[in-house]
Amino acid sequence: MRNLPWTAVGIIVTMLFVAVCAPVLAPHSPTDQSLAEKLLPPVWEEGGSTRYLLGTDVFGRDMLSRLLYGARVSMIVSALALLVGGGVGLVIGIVSGYVGGRLDSVLMRIVDAALAFPAILFALLLAVTMGQGLRTLIIAISLLLWARFARVVRGEVLALKERDFVALARVHGCSPARIMATHILPNVMNTFMVLTTLYVGVVIVAEASLSFLGAGVPPPTPSWGLMAAEGRGKIASAWWISIMPGIAITLVVLAFNLFGDWLRDRLDPKLRQL
Amino acid sequence: MRRYILRRLFQGLMLLVLVAMIVFFLGRLTGNPVDLMLPEDALEEDRKALIETLGLDGPLHQQFAIFAANALRGDLGDSIRFRGPVVDIYFTRLPNTLMMLPGVMAVALVLAIPLGILSAVHRGNIIDKVSGTIAVLGIATPNFWLGILLIFVFSVQLGWLPSSRMGGFEHYILPTVTLGTFLVAGFMRLIRSSMLEILDSEFVKLARIKGLSETIVVWKHCLRNALIPVLTLWGVFMGGLVTGAIVTETVFAWPGVGRLTYEAVIFRDFPLLQGVIIMDAVFILLINLFVDILYAYIDPRIRLAD
Repeated sequence: MRNLPWTAVGIIVTMLFVAVCAPVLAPHSPTDQSLAEKLLPPVWEEGGSTRYLLGTDVFGRDMLSRLLYGARVSMIVSALALLVGGGVGLVIGIVSGYVGGRLDSVLMRIVDAALAFPAILFALLLAVTMGQGLRTLIIAISLLLWARFARVVRGEVLALKERDFVALARVHGCSPARIMATHILPNVMNTFMVLTTLYVGVVIVAEASLSFLGAGVPPPTPSWGLMAAEGRGKIASAWWISIMPGIAITLVVLAFNLFGDWLRDRLDPKLRQL
Repeated sequence: MRRYILRRLFQGLMLLVLVAMIVFFLGRLTGNPVDLMLPEDALEEDRKALIETLGLDGPLHQQFAIFAANALRGDLGDSIRFRGPVVDIYFTRLPNTLMMLPGVMAVALVLAIPLGILSAVHRGNIIDKVSGTIAVLGIATPNFWLGILLIFVFSVQLGWLPSSRMGGFEHYILPTVTLGTFLVAGFMRLIRSSMLEILDSEFVKLARIKGLSETIVVWKHCLRNALIPVLTLWGVFMGGLVTGAIVTETVFAWPGVGRLTYEAVIFRDFPLLQGVIIMDAVFILLINLFVDILYAYIDPRIRLAD
């Protein structure tokens, strides 16, 4: 545990705890409106109330409760998008690297194309054609992830398949599918874990940006990006609505990046150039 | 070099075809394309006319042929919201976005080059740590929020700079800084890591043995080589720049192509979004090609390859 970034770990653990326990921790409902109490400042500002520690938003919803539930939205989207996008990338990377030949060059050309074009444009297009929602968001962010995972995993597999234990398995009569599943896969898991951790931050920012642009989770879901968008017009009179979710995003993304860097140095220092 | 450029051009065109196909199929496979392309209150005649002109009652490959033929003639359909040809709208907005780019590149390079070099030269000491922190923070801060924060500090609190829309010089400052910062962290890391490699190389040792001053070695011999990866990885930054422009122009109500993309999304204007994406793909292709040529020009290993 040498050099473990404790602050980062603390933030991540808090984030996960908050995401799981939001219903218990939140003092109010994140979606109940109370127009009589709208735009109340946080408790330390003049006019703040102890009932709403971090103030209320344009519709009189409790900022603290929305921020707590927002952690939940970020975590659910990150987990699912990394599972789908990362999983697809993992499988394509392994198959492309192990099978090689023409399949490999075709798949890698597609990966290059996917990396050359900004994924956000497809994400926005999906939101318009399929409608906003969690499903669209997961697909959109997976589109951003898969090629990046596939490229790195493939590189690992190219080196792995030259190793003696793979040759031995082949001599023993293992089928390619079996070799990929039982001999290659376990050996790329470290890389996969490091990539997953490093990309949590990217996913959180992508989710927030898409929600900010009106292409993420639909209102009134308390997404940090959506909250920042809702407070944008009130920045002069009610700064807390936009500024607070941004602080939450920056802290959490920072924590995941620092932790990911540490994990990479421990598990897979080759990936340093990423 | 001609072969290299032709190969890059071919790859770019393949990407463009791929983008056009994805955009086309997404528009057809999800529900009824007529509903996507016309306003809700469209007349029955308009619907019939659209089905006729786009061949929507024919098989999919015929529809794609019509779509591609129209696109090649510069006809990407009409916007629902702005009631005009998408291509015209795109070109009225494009200059506003392009006018921001020189500033953005200046901000990015002016910050990234010195920080990247100093942190490589003084590896491990306080300068390296501080610029490392700046890079990490730059990556963790979402672009849209940085924009809002800058508005809050410099427009609302201090009242120094305008918070939105186009105008004189002072209107450019906040948006260019917001978008430029987006590139700084990436550029800096890249320059730092390539500087570290180059500082170790033979020709730098030779330059030092020759008795050249450290300033000339670092800022002349090394920097030129350290900038090459910024060009090679330009494609990656280009994606970030497009994303950044959409978000930044939205925050600052900047009437460019990025803001147009956002408007297409919130008004659910499918023909506009489809056109913007294809036009963006064309521009990304052109800019990447320009960078490839520049790269070949700067790096003789590419120029003299064949």
